[in-house]
Amino acid sequence: MRREPPRTLTDYGPLFFPAAMLTIFFVVPFGTMIAVSFFQRQQGGFYTPAFVWSNYERFLSAFFANVLGFSLMLSIAVAICCLVLALPFTYLLTRMSRRAQVLWLVGLLSILSLSEVITGFAWSTLFSRTAGITNLLVAIGIMDSPRALTPSLGAVLTGMVYQAFPYTVLVLYPALVRLDPTLTEAARTLGASPLRAFFNVVVPALRNTIVATLIMVFIFALGSYLLPQILGRPQHWTLSVLITDQAIYQSNMPFAAAMAVFLVLVTLALVALTLFLGRKGEAA
Amino acid sequence: MDEIQNRVSRRAVLGAGVAGAAMLAMPSVLRAQDKSLKIGVYGGYFKDSFDKNIFPDFTKATGIAVESVAEPTGEAWLVQLEQAARAGQAPADVSMMSQVAMLKGQATDLWTPLDMAKIPNSGNLIDRFVNKYPDGRVAGIGAVAWYITLVTNTDTYKEAPDSWAAFWDKANEDKLGLLALVSNSFLLEVTAKTFFGGTDALSTEEGLLKAFDKLAEVKPNVRLWYRDEAQFEQALKSGEIPMGQYYHDVTGLAAADGNPVRSTFPKEGGIQDSGCWALSRASKKSEEAHIFINYMSQPTIQATLSRKVGTAPTVRRELLDLTDKEFSAVSSDIEPIIPRYDLYQSKSDWLNQKWTELIVG
Repeated sequence: MRREPPRTLTDYGPLFFPAAMLTIFFVVPFGTMIAVSFFQRQQGGFYTPAFVWSNYERFLSAFFANVLGFSLMLSIAVAICCLVLALPFTYLLTRMSRRAQVLWLVGLLSILSLSEVITGFAWSTLFSRTAGITNLLVAIGIMDSPRALTPSLGAVLTGMVYQAFPYTVLVLYPALVRLDPTLTEAARTLGASPLRAFFNVVVPALRNTIVATLIMVFIFALGSYLLPQILGRPQHWTLSVLITDQAIYQSNMPFAAAMAVFLVLVTLALVALTLFLGRKGEAA
Repeated sequence: MDEIQNRVSRRAVLGAGVAGAAMLAMPSVLRAQDKSLKIGVYGGYFKDSFDKNIFPDFTKATGIAVESVAEPTGEAWLVQLEQAARAGQAPADVSMMSQVAMLKGQATDLWTPLDMAKIPNSGNLIDRFVNKYPDGRVAGIGAVAWYITLVTNTDTYKEAPDSWAAFWDKANEDKLGLLALVSNSFLLEVTAKTFFGGTDALSTEEGLLKAFDKLAEVKPNVRLWYRDEAQFEQALKSGEIPMGQYYHDVTGLAAADGNPVRSTFPKEGGIQDSGCWALSRASKKSEEAHIFINYMSQPTIQATLSRKVGTAPTVRRELLDLTDKEFSAVSSDIEPIIPRYDLYQSKSDWLNQKWTELIVG
């Protein structure tokens, strides 16, 4: 097979379909959202086309800055938790027999078939006072009386890590499978302990994969709006919850759109910053 | 919400299949199908009850076929109706709309004014259930009313509380489940009625701020601010969250099923909310819609709704053949707290902002 640069229009043919899909399902809706974010809100009604900055102005307040800050921190915490759990897990997984690997992966994938609503309610039951896991602890004598673990930040974090964990493993898995085992062998031969070999050889070799995973989980967690509502108190609600409130319950589309655009911009900036720092670190 | 939508689509497919089979089997029915009406009612329990107890009799009485559409609660349906009307479409001809949604729809002339001459039964209604444009045109007719009351778990609370003031009681720390939005919890009205002599206290900004301050004292007692009704209902039944505000009708059904829950009308009154039948301006079925709304305003139909669906009637009590027991199961003679719907239109963004800061901050 010979690779030739495309010359005629038909050579570009296969590209049209994905390009059209991207335009229809991403560029157009996103453009509409940006346009709506500048529209004039009619209180007690809907909105009229206009070009005003008032929706963004309303967002620029200490209150929303706090909510945005909390959402970003929560998503970063979820990303770090996922990575800390998933990296050793996936590394050990790749050392297992083929059969065991398939079983684990099927199990993890089946988590993805559950809807967010179901996992949310399942966790709220597990964390409840009347039917939760603390009853087990009481039964074996570790605790005196059962108590509710939800609503709390810990419950929100647990739910979100649970949901993002399978994705984390799936992203890490190919890179870890392809990792050259001679690298660790060489480290061990040169006298490194298994733990030292893991942190000094495996982790640096996977640098790019790790950064990519962190970014993916971070963005995934940023969009979560159901779990913070089910498992958290109002102070644990993310910006996505407030966007939903504005769009669905207040029919304030312009403000919801402005918040969403702002969230996208902040996210992109953070991702760019991460990549920029990563490249700089590599060059040094 | 996903679950409901899935169920709806499956129902719709089944319904379409049955309707199709019926049409093939009985050509005579085709004539009746010429006259049809799409009616939006809240999905789930409400729609199921209407499909079973109301719509078949209506079709039998008038020859107008009904296609019921499951609408989401909250204002999502209003947004969809409005967007569709701009494109000249009507996803439903007649919809059951909440009072706040009625006012918002009025702002864009979404509702076709109703001709009262074609709805003679509207004379049966209690006055406040006729929803009017500021210039006096009729925007909607009261469909059903319901109450939000003080609910408790009977295992945790042996004695029923008799006042909304129980929410402020320090003994109830971390025990309440309250609705999460200013425009569906109506807690400002409850605060005003309980502590400031009535909802008129909310007419000034000063009065509203006072109510917000008073309401802030409830925060330590609240375990859950819920948007999703199922979430609270489950927690109330299990005793996980033993007190809160909830719908009188659904709580009654849960108690009838043997769950340890009760609904109490506090001495300040239950919160009365209601739904209107309203006709989208994009609908071309005005004639059928008027017939339907007139049919629904009969006392006998309102009594059936109370017995089968558990809603409070919108027609005057003396016209109904409900027994005292049947009436008290769905309503109360205690003067209800009527929400200040006007505020949710004229001050909606300000109220929403203050409210969000109150519960999140």
